[in-house]
Amino acid sequence: MVNKSSWFAPKEVPYICIENVTKRFGGFVAVDNVSLEIHRGELFSLLGPSGCGKTTLLRMLAGLETPSEGRILVDGQDTTNIPPYDRPVNMMFQSYALFPHMTVEKNVAFGLRQDNMPPHDIDARAKEMLELVQLMNFAKRKPAQLSGGQRQRVALARSLAKYPKLLLLDEPLAALDKKLREQTQFELMNIQEKTGVTFIVVTHDQEEAMTLSTRIAVMNDGVIRQVGTPSEVYEFPNTRYVADFVGSINLFEGDVTDSPDTEHVTIRSEEVAVEFKLDAFVELPIGAKVAVAIRPEKIAISKDKPEQEENICRGKVDEIAYQGSLSIYQVELPGGKLVRVTAPNLTRTAERPIDWDEEVWLCWGRHAGVVLSD
Amino acid sequence: MASSTPETGKAAGQSRRFGIPGRYLVISAPYVWLLLFFLAPFAIVFNISFSSAIIAQPPYTALFDWSTGLIPQIRGTLSGYGFLLSDELYAVAYLNSIKIALVSTMLCLMIGYPMAYGIARAPAARRNTLLMLVILPFWTSFLIRVYAWIGILKNNGVLNNALISLGLIDEPLPMMHNAFSVYVGIVYSYLPFMILPLYANLAKMDESLLEAAADLGCRPWKAFLFITLPLSFPGIIAGSMLVFIPAVGEFVIPALLGGPDTLMIGKVLWNEFFHNRDWPVASAVAIAMLVLLVAPIVIFQHYQAREDDN
Ligand SMILES: Nc1ncnc2c1ncn2[C@@H]1O[C@H](COP(=O)(O)OP(=O)(O)OP(=O)(O)O)[C@@H](O)[C@H]1O
Ligand SMILES: [Mg+2]
Repeated sequence: MVNKSSWFAPKEVPYICIENVTKRFGGFVAVDNVSLEIHRGELFSLLGPSGCGKTTLLRMLAGLETPSEGRILVDGQDTTNIPPYDRPVNMMFQSYALFPHMTVEKNVAFGLRQDNMPPHDIDARAKEMLELVQLMNFAKRKPAQLSGGQRQRVALARSLAKYPKLLLLDEPLAALDKKLREQTQFELMNIQEKTGVTFIVVTHDQEEAMTLSTRIAVMNDGVIRQVGTPSEVYEFPNTRYVADFVGSINLFEGDVTDSPDTEHVTIRSEEVAVEFKLDAFVELPIGAKVAVAIRPEKIAISKDKPEQEENICRGKVDEIAYQGSLSIYQVELPGGKLVRVTAPNLTRTAERPIDWDEEVWLCWGRHAGVVLSD
Repeated sequence: MASSTPETGKAAGQSRRFGIPGRYLVISAPYVWLLLFFLAPFAIVFNISFSSAIIAQPPYTALFDWSTGLIPQIRGTLSGYGFLLSDELYAVAYLNSIKIALVSTMLCLMIGYPMAYGIARAPAARRNTLLMLVILPFWTSFLIRVYAWIGILKNNGVLNNALISLGLIDEPLPMMHNAFSVYVGIVYSYLPFMILPLYANLAKMDESLLEAAADLGCRPWKAFLFITLPLSFPGIIAGSMLVFIPAVGEFVIPALLGGPDTLMIGKVLWNEFFHNRDWPVASAVAIAMLVLLVAPIVIFQHYQAREDDN
C-alpha cells in the first residue's frame, strides 16, 4: 500500500479541506470542531464507535447537511452553497436508500441517466457495475426481492457508477460475509487505483479500516482523536482511547520514575509491581502519571525464564483461546491484573504446550510499548 | 415451533381445540356484516331489476312463481334493462355522471396532492393540526355544508356581492344551478377523501430516497417525478377511488346545486323510485351503474396484481 503518493507530500494542496466543522442538532453536538485534509486519490477511513458522528460528517460532505460552523473546501472551492445534485460527489447510504420501485439495473443506472449519457453507454456502464458486484443475474429484480448483502452491493454499484471525483461510502461492506467482504475490499482498492477516485469510507470495523486505507481518522464523540496511516494509528496511538479502540491492547497505569533524556524512560507500575524500561519519545517530568500501552503480540510468553534482565514478569495462565494461526493467552499477574498475549502457533504440536493454570514468564522489548500521558 | 417442548406443544394443541369458536367468530364478523347488509340487499335489488312493475304492494311482480308445483317457474324479464336502452336519457345521465365524477376526481387530485404533500412534509408538531383542519368539516352535517354553498354561490350570494362591491363585476356571475356549482360541491365535499389516503402514503415515504436521488445528480422536480410520484401511486389510486365511486352516484349535490344540464344518475334513480314508482327500472339503473363501476376496477386490479407478480 505504501507508495509515494501525495498524502506524504504535505506541500501539495489537499483536495478536501474540512475546516473547523461543527454540526449541532438542537443542543446536541454531533460533530465537534473537526479539521481534516484529504488528498486526491486517497482512500481515507473514518473509524469510530456507533453514534460518534461519522455519518453526519459524510452527509455534510455530500451536501445533505449544512455545517453549523466551519466550512468544507473541495478542490479549493467552498462547497457550503452548492446543492447536493451539483456536487461531483456520490454517497453510498448506510441504509442503502435503494429506489423500491425500480429494478436493480434501473437503480444503478439512475445517476447516469441524470447526466444525459447516451442510452447505450448507460447500459454498458450499468452492466459493468453489476458485474463488479457480481449481481448480473439479479439485474431485473426489485430491491425487495434481494438479501441484505445483495442490496448493499446494489447500493455500492449505484454510487460507483458515475465515477465521481469523491466517493463517500457509509459502511459499505458491513452486511457482507467474510469472503465477499475481503474480495470487495480488494475490488474497492482496485477501482481506486484504476480511477483515481478519492474515497472516504466510514467503518466501525478497525480491521477493514487497516486493510483498505491510506490513512485513518479515529473519531469519538464527534471529535477526531487521531489521524494517521494504519501503522501509525496501530503502533503509535496518541491517546488511551485510540490505543484501546484500534486493536486490543494492555494498558498499565504508572508513574515516571526516571527519564535521563527524551528517548529513555522508566515507569513504575504499582498495579502490577513491574518496572517498564522503554525507549519512547516522551518529555515528562519524574512523577508524571502515565499509561504504558503494549500490544498483545509484542509480549513474549514462555515457560522458561528468558535471558533478559529488564521488562520481565511472572504470571499464571488464566485462559487460552486457540484461533488456528495463533493462540491468545490471558495471563494473571501477581497483582491480579489480566494481561493478553498472543503467540503464533509455529508448529503443529508444540513440544511443551502452555497449559491452563501454568506459571509462565512474560517479557517484552524496549520498543514494545507506547507511553500515553492523556 | 418444532423445537417447542412437549408441554407447550400440548398447550398449543389445547388452545387450538378450544379456540375454534372464538377465532372463527372474530374472522366471520365482517363477513356476516357484509352478507347481511351488503350482499342481501344487493340480491334483493338484483331480483327486482328482473321483474315488472305493477300497481300493488310491493310494486313489482314476484320473480319466482311457486303456484305451479315444487319447481318454481321463473318469470323474469329484461324489460327494465331494455327500458334503459330505449330512452337516451339514461345513457346521457350515465355519461354525464361519469364525466362529472372524472373531472371532479382530477380536480380533487390536483388540489389534494399538494395539500397532502405539504402536510406530510410539515414539521411533526404541526402535522396533526393540519390533519385536524382537513377533517374539521365533518363535524358539520354534509347536507348543511352543501346548503351553505347555495348562500355563497347564488346570484345575490356572498361571492357575487363581494365581487360587485369590489367593483370587479357589474352583473352577478351565474354560479348556481350549473356545472360549476356541482363541481364546487363535489370537489369541496370529497377533497378530504383524496387528501387522507395520499397523506398516509406520502408520510411513510423514506426521505432518504430523495436524498439519494439528489446525491446522484437529480434536481428536486425530477426527483419528484421519478421517485415521489411513482411511489405515491397507490395513494393516488386509493384517493381517486374514494372520490370517483361516490361521486358517480352522488344525489344530494346535483339535487341541491345542479341544474337541468347536470343530470346525474343518482337523480334519475331517485325519480324512478319515488316519482314513477317503477322499482324494476330503478333497480336496473342501480345494477347497471354498479356494473359500470365495478368492471373497470376489477380489470384494473387484475392487471395490477399481474404486474406485481412479475
Ligand atoms: N437528524 C438528526 N437529529 C438529531 N440528532 C441526530 C441527527 N442525525 C444524527 N444525530 C445524532 O448525532 C450523532 C451522530 O450520528 P451519526 O449518524 O453521525 O453516527 P455514526 O457515527 O454514523 O454511527 P453509526 O456507526 O451507528 O452509524 C448520534 O448521536 C445521533 O443520534
Ligand atoms: Mg452511521
